Amino acid sequence: MNKTINQKAWFLVLPVLVLVAFSAVIPLMTVVNYSVQDTFGGNQFFWAGLEWFDELLHSERMWDALGRQLAFSAIILAIEVPLGIFVALNMPKKGFWASLCLVLMSLPLLIPWNVVGTIWQIFGRVDIGLLGHTLDKLGISYNYTQDFLAAWATVIVMDVWHWTSLVALLAYAGLQSIPDAYYQAAKIDQASRWKVFRYIELPKMQGVLMIAILLRFMDSFMIYTEPFVVTGGGPGNATTFLSIDLVKMALGQFDLGPAAAFSLMYFLVILLISWVFYTVMTNLDKRDGL
Amino acid sequence: MDWMAWTLPTAIFFGVIALLLLTFTVLAIRFPETPRTGILRIETTRGDRLFITLLGSAFINLAWLGLVGADQWYALILCLIYAVAVFRWV
Repeated sequence: MNKTINQKAWFLVLPVLVLVAFSAVIPLMTVVNYSVQDTFGGNQFFWAGLEWFDELLHSERMWDALGRQLAFSAIILAIEVPLGIFVALNMPKKGFWASLCLVLMSLPLLIPWNVVGTIWQIFGRVDIGLLGHTLDKLGISYNYTQDFLAAWATVIVMDVWHWTSLVALLAYAGLQSIPDAYYQAAKIDQASRWKVFRYIELPKMQGVLMIAILLRFMDSFMIYTEPFVVTGGGPGNATTFLSIDLVKMALGQFDLGPAAAFSLMYFLVILLISWVFYTVMTNLDKRDGL
Repeated sequence: MDWMAWTLPTAIFFGVIALLLLTFTVLAIRFPETPRTGILRIETTRGDRLFITLLGSAFINLAWLGLVGADQWYALILCLIYAVAVFRWV
């Protein structure tokens, strides 16, 4: 059958192009323009060249925020991934309890970020919060507004509470797709529980775990609302992550030039990670023949 | 367009990127290609290699600014060498 070559369908993409240009490309171009200039308001700009980039690259403030950000992402990944797998392995495989588990696990994922922040902000308070009050009664010194360790523990536990379900649900989906024949073969070979996990379950979950790790990394790398609501970036700068610092710079101090340069560098890191994410995913799909 | 705070250098910067995108689109239409696998062991097309070049160049420029500081033009030369390497081996 001869196909007529007709490229008119491309015009159907035009609305999306216009929308993306309006909501993303043009604002981004404006940020690039801001990043090489200085302004004192009133839409008056003065050429600054690469000054802001230079200043930021040598500023302890940005590197510290980046360090905290990477530490935060590393810690939550180190907790959420093994914990998510553990939960998935212990969830019922079918029946009423499986459905109930799935619904319960999904609940935290449905709560908006600022609400999660508020829940934990109150939960951790020593005067009216259940967690804070109980810890205080047990004689454990806990005050996330003044103590650096308590603030970090709170934001980390909050993130684990909010997002471990995602890893667990993805891992569960991966586990469900393993045919029974694999387990039967393992039983015949008298494989131990550890070996079943190591040689059957883990390799079969590789694809979904990759998605889970990359999703969680990206999300935690861009986290803003939850720590902002709970600690406001404090005590001091202890929980000031990249996005919190950026907002402080752009809206608090109204330093549009440095903030634009900061956003561009932040954007480049996110772009790099997104590209790695996309490449790894498409290559895994190709390898699995999807 | 006043609100976008345009400057000549940033206009040239975006002009060059737009021109590159246009060139690669025309190339893709006129000379279709099959993806190839290079040293990164991933399949890449010309467009992918352009993306890797541009993203890498941004990091090279930042690294130059942070580590060396002076004569940013040398970073551009480094980027061109990097671009040739990406298009040759990736």
